[in-house]
Amino acid sequence: MPTALDEPVAPKLLRVRLAPRLVGLAVPVAAVVAALAVGAIMLLALGANPIEGYVALADGAFGSGNALADTALKGMPLLLVGVGICIAFRTGVINLGGEGQIIAGAICSTSLSLAIPDTPRILLVPLLLVAGALGGAFWGAIPGALKTYYGVSEILSTIMMNIIAAQFLSFLLLDWLAEPREIRIQQTERLTLNGDLPLLPGGTRLHIGVLIAVAIAVAAFVLLFRSALGVRLRAVGHNPNASRYAGMPVQRSVVEALAISGACAGIAGAVLVFGSESHRLIGEGGAIGFTQNAGFNGIVAALFGGLHPLATIPAAFLFGGLLTGGIKLQRELQVPAALIVALNGVVVVFVVGSLKLRTRLAAWADRVTGVRT
Amino acid sequence: MSDFFTLSVIVATLASGIRLATPFLLASLGEMIGQRSGVLNLGVEGVMLIGAFVAYFTLLRTGSTLLAVLLAVTAGVVMGLLYSLITLYMNAVQGISGIGIYLFGLGFTDLLFQKQVGTPIPVKGLDELHIPLLADIPHVGEIFFQHSILVYIAFLLVPVAWFVIERTTFGLNLRAVGETPEAADTLGVSVNRIRLFTILIGNSLAALAGAALALELGIFQQNLTSGRGFIAIALVYFGAWRPLGVMSGALLFGVVSATVNQWKTIGIIEGAASSLTSMAPALLTIVVLVFVSRRIDAPSALTKPFDRSG
Amino acid sequence: MKRTPGRRLRRSLLALIGASSLVLAACGGDDAPASQEPAATDSAAADPVRIAMVAPSAINDLAFTQSMYDSLQRVAKNRDITIDVSDGLFIVEDAGAAIRGYAEDGYDVVIAHGTQFGGPLSEIAPDFPGVSFLWGTSTDFQGLDNIYAYSVRSDEGGYVNGTIAAQITESGVIGVVGPVEAGDAKLYVDGFVAGATAQDPSVTVNVNYIESFSDVALAAEAATSHLASGADVLTGTAQMVVGATGVAQAEGIPWFGTQSNQTPLGADIVVASQVYHWEVILETILDQIAGGKLGGEVFELTLANGGLEIEFNDAFGLDADILAAAEQTVADLTSGAASTGL
Repeated sequence: MPTALDEPVAPKLLRVRLAPRLVGLAVPVAAVVAALAVGAIMLLALGANPIEGYVALADGAFGSGNALADTALKGMPLLLVGVGICIAFRTGVINLGGEGQIIAGAICSTSLSLAIPDTPRILLVPLLLVAGALGGAFWGAIPGALKTYYGVSEILSTIMMNIIAAQFLSFLLLDWLAEPREIRIQQTERLTLNGDLPLLPGGTRLHIGVLIAVAIAVAAFVLLFRSALGVRLRAVGHNPNASRYAGMPVQRSVVEALAISGACAGIAGAVLVFGSESHRLIGEGGAIGFTQNAGFNGIVAALFGGLHPLATIPAAFLFGGLLTGGIKLQRELQVPAALIVALNGVVVVFVVGSLKLRTRLAAWADRVTGVRT
Repeated sequence: MSDFFTLSVIVATLASGIRLATPFLLASLGEMIGQRSGVLNLGVEGVMLIGAFVAYFTLLRTGSTLLAVLLAVTAGVVMGLLYSLITLYMNAVQGISGIGIYLFGLGFTDLLFQKQVGTPIPVKGLDELHIPLLADIPHVGEIFFQHSILVYIAFLLVPVAWFVIERTTFGLNLRAVGETPEAADTLGVSVNRIRLFTILIGNSLAALAGAALALELGIFQQNLTSGRGFIAIALVYFGAWRPLGVMSGALLFGVVSATVNQWKTIGIIEGAASSLTSMAPALLTIVVLVFVSRRIDAPSALTKPFDRSG
Repeated sequence: MKRTPGRRLRRSLLALIGASSLVLAACGGDDAPASQEPAATDSAAADPVRIAMVAPSAINDLAFTQSMYDSLQRVAKNRDITIDVSDGLFIVEDAGAAIRGYAEDGYDVVIAHGTQFGGPLSEIAPDFPGVSFLWGTSTDFQGLDNIYAYSVRSDEGGYVNGTIAAQITESGVIGVVGPVEAGDAKLYVDGFVAGATAQDPSVTVNVNYIESFSDVALAAEAATSHLASGADVLTGTAQMVVGATGVAQAEGIPWFGTQSNQTPLGADIVVASQVYHWEVILETILDQIAGGKLGGEVFELTLANGGLEIEFNDAFGLDADILAAAEQTVADLTSGAASTGL
């Protein structure tokens, strides 16, 4: 009678573990390749050499220690926001307010650093992160409360709160927070050195913000999948009515989810200010100058990672690579920067378009390799 | 303050509010129709930009406003087909594919604009179309009846949309598809075909909104829409998926923007208050909704792709 | 298949090693920025001077960025230079990456055309002592000898425009459309108001900052609101101003431009434009760079040094007396007999 030990190990390994995983990887990769092909057509139309361009893209993203550092730094706010999005989406709440929450976190942490600049670094940096988290949590909790107690859709309130936050930042940087200068522009002074995020060893621009982001991703994973709170949030996201019948505090969960999501974005805001090369809060030309549109790109990263905090880590890193490499592509080929924006859009559309395809193909692969799903 | 309350200034402000509301209204109606059938499209801003550029460029090259509008709507249909492919056929997550379309529209229109036009060249925008007799009514005429044709079309679409959704078979199917697609399916309604239509309509209206913006201004520029597409999406929720509600939202946003604008011009608002009051339209939208809160729920099948195999 | 504890441990170790090597790779910055040799100074068969420009908005924005790009094109006509551009970089960190990238690629001159780029520049410039960095608008070269700071006295041209506007207005109300009350936009507007009120204290100048650099429709409505409040002359600054010029053209309202010659936006209605001629200082800077001085100085565009020029639109048909008076104002500001007070 055949037992489990009689079966050859390798083929079963292939069928059970690798086939669906390989398919799962192949589909987004194919999607990216397809998107880059579309990009190549656009490059050709502009008279540029796509091969040269994509070599520059890869080089700019991964081609050196400094490039990898830049990619990691670009992906870091995407990871932080994305992790918050994972939590919110899994609770059934669509949080489009990342931009505003980043701004709120940045304002809080900046104000704190201006208030207590002489605090020793080892104390100040954690305090700044906490301030960022609180600012973002507050800005996220408001739409949560509006939804819970007044039935205001969080899509509406988060979009509006983004506008309000950006205008409020503009207001603060015109006078209260602005650096006194002969010709005033919308940025703060160079903030206290005690607030500078410590650089990581290695001689690159990499700072601990990246480690913090990864740590928060792990914490979010633990929260979502290993804690009672996470169980509750996911239950509410899965079926709010059933959860209500089961006696779970659905309303509170919505507020909590948005607050936590906002806190993650708020930390991103603090890190973006104190880890930047300028070490200032810069709103000149608009808040997007320092938020890097992470409020929206983070949503993309989260969905690339299947709304799983740990998978969001490589997703954010890769998306960061695309954004970083794009800068080098533009510089080498001297194509309009607008092309890079369009290319990013094409990649997002193709990869997102292929995601469900991935599950379908994985199921097909399972059937073909004879494993019962 | 007394300067504002002269009749002519108030009249001009209200007229300005209606003009500002028009792009919101068109895009929002389109999004509303899509959402009533269960499809969320976050890429409205990108489609608006595409419509705006196509309209501007066509007018620049051919001098025909009609052709400009038609081609812009066609571009909207093309984007709608693309979105249908991604959403209905490949069942992509609806929120994110929209953001990709936004980025694509933003970058691609800017790229084409830089390469094909270069420095902004003004074109002759839409003329004011004075409705005979009505336009001559003192004050009221200036507020309502001295706008360009796309403004009238936008506001006429409100009762048309209401009629189609509430009183036609198509509208009935549309609503069913948005609430209980499985039930609709068993009754022989092709869920994905209805959604294809609503997506095409929605994207066409978004493109038309962009065209209205570009043709009213007679110019195109990078990021011309400046966030209007996202506000239009928000207004769908404000309007509780009803055409009249959406119109109220667009008007609220437009009139508040126009009023703040006028107060800044007169000097009621100045200095630091200027940036604070610029958040007034967004803030008031939330506040009004809080006070008017009626618990009309979203279409139940919103954002859920329909898969026949269950 | 039994899962032995050993197998699980091995797998975890492998993963840990894999992850650590990735982190180590990231930390191991293996390309230290190489210091550049100063540009060749021999006159015979010198390579073209490689110039790169990094800007926050588009080179076709008819405003701040385009003014520098146009000036570089003018310089290229009589100097051997190549110009590469990375525009639309409103994200400060991205601009920093571009600036650093150009420096690493061995460009001779990198222009950081945005005040907000000062932060990244302070980190980058010391690493590349052989590259000359131009930074504006700013009056502070950060104590480094390879940064040239440049700025523009846009209030001077604003003042001149204001004096003309005050003379041609018949209603006594003038309208201004601005983006945000900061930077060289504020400087221009303040100069304009100063000039108008100096010319005719009874004139009212209404200023509307629409709080956006990109909202063309709002700028158009701002212009309309000015007209509703009785304005019959308009001016404005920044890239969204094309909306206001459209309204001016449609209503036949005289317009004063700045940053670039805005006559193409309204052939009949543009009276005059304050044009930024960056080439005036670019020429000097390039000469100095060729001579080995890579920075450590501040430059300003003024009416006096020809960096600012009031370009009149002949098609408008400005009264000869007013024109003469304007030219006198320019002369006064140049000589110091008059001042904008800013």
